[in-house]
Amino acid sequence: MKFERNLLSAAMQARLWLILTIGLGFVAGAVIVGQAWFLARIVDGVFLQGRTLADVTSLLAALAALALARFLFAWGSESAGKRLAVRVKIDIRERLARHLLALGPTYAAEERSGELANTLTTGVEALDAWFSQYLPQAALALIMPLTILVAVFPQDRLSGFVLLVTAPLIPLFMILIGSSAESLTRKQWTTLSRLAAHYLDVIQGLTTLKLFGRAREQLRIIARISDDYRTATMGVLRVAFLSALALEMLATISVAVIAVEIGIRVMKGGMDFLNAFFILILAPDFYQPLRLLGSRFHAGMEGMAAAERIFAILDQQPTVERRSEDRSQRTEDRGQKPELRFLPPDFSIRFQNVSVSYQEGQRQALEEVNFELRQGQHIALVGPSGAGKSTIAHLLMRFLEPAAGRILLDDTPLDRIDARAWRQCIAWMPQRPYLFNMSIADNIRLGQPDARMDAVARAAKQAFAHDFIQAFPDGYDTIVGERGARLSGGQAQRIALARAFLRDAPIVILDEPTANLDPETEEQIQQAMQMLLAGRTALIIAHRLHTIRRADRILVMQAGRIAEAGDHEALLAAPDSLYRQLLGAYLGDDAQFIERTYRPLAMSN
Amino acid sequence: MSTFLRLLRLVSGFWLRMLLAALLGFATIASSIGLMMTSAFIIAKAALHPSIADLQVAIVGVRFFGISRGLFRYLERYVSHDLNFRLLARIRVWLYRHIEPLAPARLQAYRSGDLLTRLVADVDELENFFIRVLAPPLVAIGIIALTWALLSLFSPAAALAVVLLLILAGAAFPLLVQTLARRPGRQHIALRSQLNAHLVDSVQGMADLLAYGAEARYLAQADALNQETGRVQNRLGAITALNDAGVTLLMNLAVVATLALAIPAVTSGGLNGVHLAVIALGVMAAFEGVQPLPLALQHLSATLAAARRIFQVVDAPPAVTEPPHPLPCSKQESSRKADPERSRRGAKAQREKGAKKAGEAPVLTVRELSFRYGPNEPLALQNIAFTLPPGGRMAIVGPSGAGKSTLVHLLMRFWDFDQGRIELDGRDIRDCAGDDVRTRFSVVSQTTHLFNATLRENLLLARPDASESDLWEALAQAQLADFVRDLPQGLDTWTGEMGVQLSGGERQRLAIARALLKDAPILLLDEPTANLDAVTERALWHDLSRLMARRSVLLITHRLVGMEQMDAILVLRAGRILARGTHAELLSAGGLYARLWALQHATI
Repeated sequence: MKFERNLLSAAMQARLWLILTIGLGFVAGAVIVGQAWFLARIVDGVFLQGRTLADVTSLLAALAALALARFLFAWGSESAGKRLAVRVKIDIRERLARHLLALGPTYAAEERSGELANTLTTGVEALDAWFSQYLPQAALALIMPLTILVAVFPQDRLSGFVLLVTAPLIPLFMILIGSSAESLTRKQWTTLSRLAAHYLDVIQGLTTLKLFGRAREQLRIIARISDDYRTATMGVLRVAFLSALALEMLATISVAVIAVEIGIRVMKGGMDFLNAFFILILAPDFYQPLRLLGSRFHAGMEGMAAAERIFAILDQQPTVERRSEDRSQRTEDRGQKPELRFLPPDFSIRFQNVSVSYQEGQRQALEEVNFELRQGQHIALVGPSGAGKSTIAHLLMRFLEPAAGRILLDDTPLDRIDARAWRQCIAWMPQRPYLFNMSIADNIRLGQPDARMDAVARAAKQAFAHDFIQAFPDGYDTIVGERGARLSGGQAQRIALARAFLRDAPIVILDEPTANLDPETEEQIQQAMQMLLAGRTALIIAHRLHTIRRADRILVMQAGRIAEAGDHEALLAAPDSLYRQLLGAYLGDDAQFIERTYRPLAMSN
Repeated sequence: MSTFLRLLRLVSGFWLRMLLAALLGFATIASSIGLMMTSAFIIAKAALHPSIADLQVAIVGVRFFGISRGLFRYLERYVSHDLNFRLLARIRVWLYRHIEPLAPARLQAYRSGDLLTRLVADVDELENFFIRVLAPPLVAIGIIALTWALLSLFSPAAALAVVLLLILAGAAFPLLVQTLARRPGRQHIALRSQLNAHLVDSVQGMADLLAYGAEARYLAQADALNQETGRVQNRLGAITALNDAGVTLLMNLAVVATLALAIPAVTSGGLNGVHLAVIALGVMAAFEGVQPLPLALQHLSATLAAARRIFQVVDAPPAVTEPPHPLPCSKQESSRKADPERSRRGAKAQREKGAKKAGEAPVLTVRELSFRYGPNEPLALQNIAFTLPPGGRMAIVGPSGAGKSTLVHLLMRFWDFDQGRIELDGRDIRDCAGDDVRTRFSVVSQTTHLFNATLRENLLLARPDASESDLWEALAQAQLADFVRDLPQGLDTWTGEMGVQLSGGERQRLAIARALLKDAPILLLDEPTANLDAVTERALWHDLSRLMARRSVLLITHRLVGMEQMDAILVLRAGRILARGTHAELLSAGGLYARLWALQHATI
């Protein structure tokens, strides 16, 4: 189990707490031996030697003192265990968060983002029990029985022998539990979680069930499935619990055997009461750590499942970072500056035979793409969804690196430039901008944390966002998100546009919204986008005819390739072009009508 | 407290099983006490060198307890797990029964986020109500009583002291710890939700963070929150660590107290010295009975919180009151005579070949319908009126927020309304059973829920008695037959998370196949193409036309596709009908409709 080793090495990062947990736990266990000794002495003294309370007061005081000491050590050990877990969780969470960023947005794509976020929050938290409970207990389950053996053997070899013989049987049973019965139980838990998934599925689909008049009969189905499941599971558990039964029996029967065995020897005078009673007190404590380990095993298992996922993510190799590191190493050797301070005045960006595949063996997301974006030019990408438009935008954003081919800024490969510095030259407006759980003002100045309020307001005005922001009771200080104001799609778009305006970068990457907006909002967003594009170099994933027609060059994408390229008129001229198909209805009799009715305000600029 | 009582009522009916499980739990610990006390007795008695016969009974006792503890434990685990599953089934069925009449109106708030998931997780929490919350105190009370009874035989004073310490360890001390943990606990919850929100943001908003160079700043904030949460967790951990250590401390102090109280009795001859050893070990074993109580207390608050959330959902009044004596909602025979639109229907029938369905379709009439979601909410619909004759085709269009989905909800009897009427063949649908109303409609909506089941089961939902050939015919008409045939497992392919992922277009085609199977007289298309790209949309629309033949059609959409095929179009905005007419009429009128249409056709 590879991730078990990973977990151990994570624990070693906080080894001080690990040592303290086990060390204090060991001392608390050693105190048990002392307590047993004093208890046996007191009972022996009063019972057989006729001592009075006054005679044993000091011994009783010592017993109480040991109790207090054990309390402190046990508490210290458990607290240290919790600290160990907290330390590890903090470390792993930091590592995981950084690693996810390095893997980039293409890896953390939407369909996966929920699961990744869940791993980062709940998944990391699930490690707690493994570190705070299972790991220290696993160590103590080894150390404690040995300690008690060391205490018992000098007193009585035979009892020590009984303990010694039964002790290895317990790990044996543990392994038994760990393999056969445990895998059975685990399979049952999977069915159990499936059962829960089925229940959730039915509740989520209630509306559909109602529409088909099938909602009420589900009641019977749920009851039946649950019942079938219970019968099946109990059949398995009946057997699975047997191993736990054997473990339990072994512990109690051993105690019983020792009690009878030493009892008879005491009776025959072969052993004195003091030693016998001392051993009897210790006998249950000999098995206790192992039994505890058994019960903590389950808590640990949950962490294992989470750990498997966490380390699988950490094993993913980020493409961008690794490459830039390689390159910057090399460029340093050559004495070049990897930093990009200003774009050259007359730059051009060239894609040369760029290919991308997201997963090996799968269809390539981009295949041999070639084009050039010159300074001041507007290029529109059009095509059906899944054609590779966003991949091109992501490449330009340096969210991922091409698998083959290269992207050049003039004559410099893009991956030789620091990604952060490069992104500073870009204002990015995605299809579905993400608004963070902070004030609207902070959302706008995401890229410019030091921007003054008047600059923020100016950007918001340019994006037609100022008016609706002012309409909120808290204005620019309104907190966005679950605990704050919920913004409509159109409002979120305009805040993201304000972000882009405030960035004031020479290059714009724009993914036009396709969402259905009412005509007024639509016109405002169009106008703002035109303003943002004016005088800047732009790559536009375009959905609006108006935007497309104004582009200097249109790239029609299909299945990862550039199928057609040219300006509007040229592309229309070809009778069977994909471009004509995409434009569809627009080419019909109503074209005149559309032209007349739909006249974005942006024409005025 | 009332939540607790309701919870008790919910699990009632399992009292005997619960009692059995608790008794077995009690017997397990009682066996331990018995084992330790008889063992101590043997050794102490043996020290007086009696004959073996004097020990015989005790030896049998030791062997008995040595075996019985394991057996009782086994039985207890078996019975309580069985009980858990029964409780789970009971609670699931109970919740479903209560939630079903609430859907979808009262569950709308739960759609967003993962609140439904949370609700289902809460059910799982309740499953453990008995094992983790109810059983431990029951067992503890039994063990305390047993300890008191046993020790009183030897030393009433010691018995009293031990019982007090047991109560201290099982109740007072955990309560103290819980009080200490309250403040950091609250802090912890607040910090964690802050941290989680921040981390979720950092994953879901990653592209935006990177694009604007804000990732380092954001990570630094996450780190600070992470550290701060860790600090509170450390504090909380130090407090909860008191629990186990505390119970052990009280156990050891109980041994000291017992000895201090019993030793004078031994000296004075009031107590047999043999019993001193017996008492000491008995006390140690008894504390196992109160060991799980601190955890039970923690589970109690979690369980109550889960129960409160569930009860809150369940307690919502249904959005629809079903009539006490529902009438059949379509009076075909009488309507045929009384139908004023009969002549028009004849004209429609000509247009559609073999219009057998259209003749049966009820007339759908909406009269002066107004609706608001709550007394303080704005009007979502205002004076809506229209008639959909059998075989008629009507579209209701408008931008988002116009009230389109509200209208669908009212037509489907998902919400009640007071102003205006909705009639099928002249009968107010409020006089009919909701299920009956819904049998008159085949619905294709924008979010098609596919169950985690086979394609076959998903289709059979629409008509359980459909034959194999019925299914394939419906698939063929929905242009999905080739796709399904190419799947390795055909109709038995699993859909959803556990199986094949269908594209948006394929999902909608499956919805069409379902609607075909259901074969209801009125077809309600609720944004059927909303999530599809333009090319897929056009293809799907083509196939929808097939479904529309022979039926009354009500199309509700913001996508203005296929409008030429409609007899009438209503333009809805802010809950009102802004305009009505045919496609050509509305275009030439040049209002909102024309703008929406132009806007949409200027987009690819």
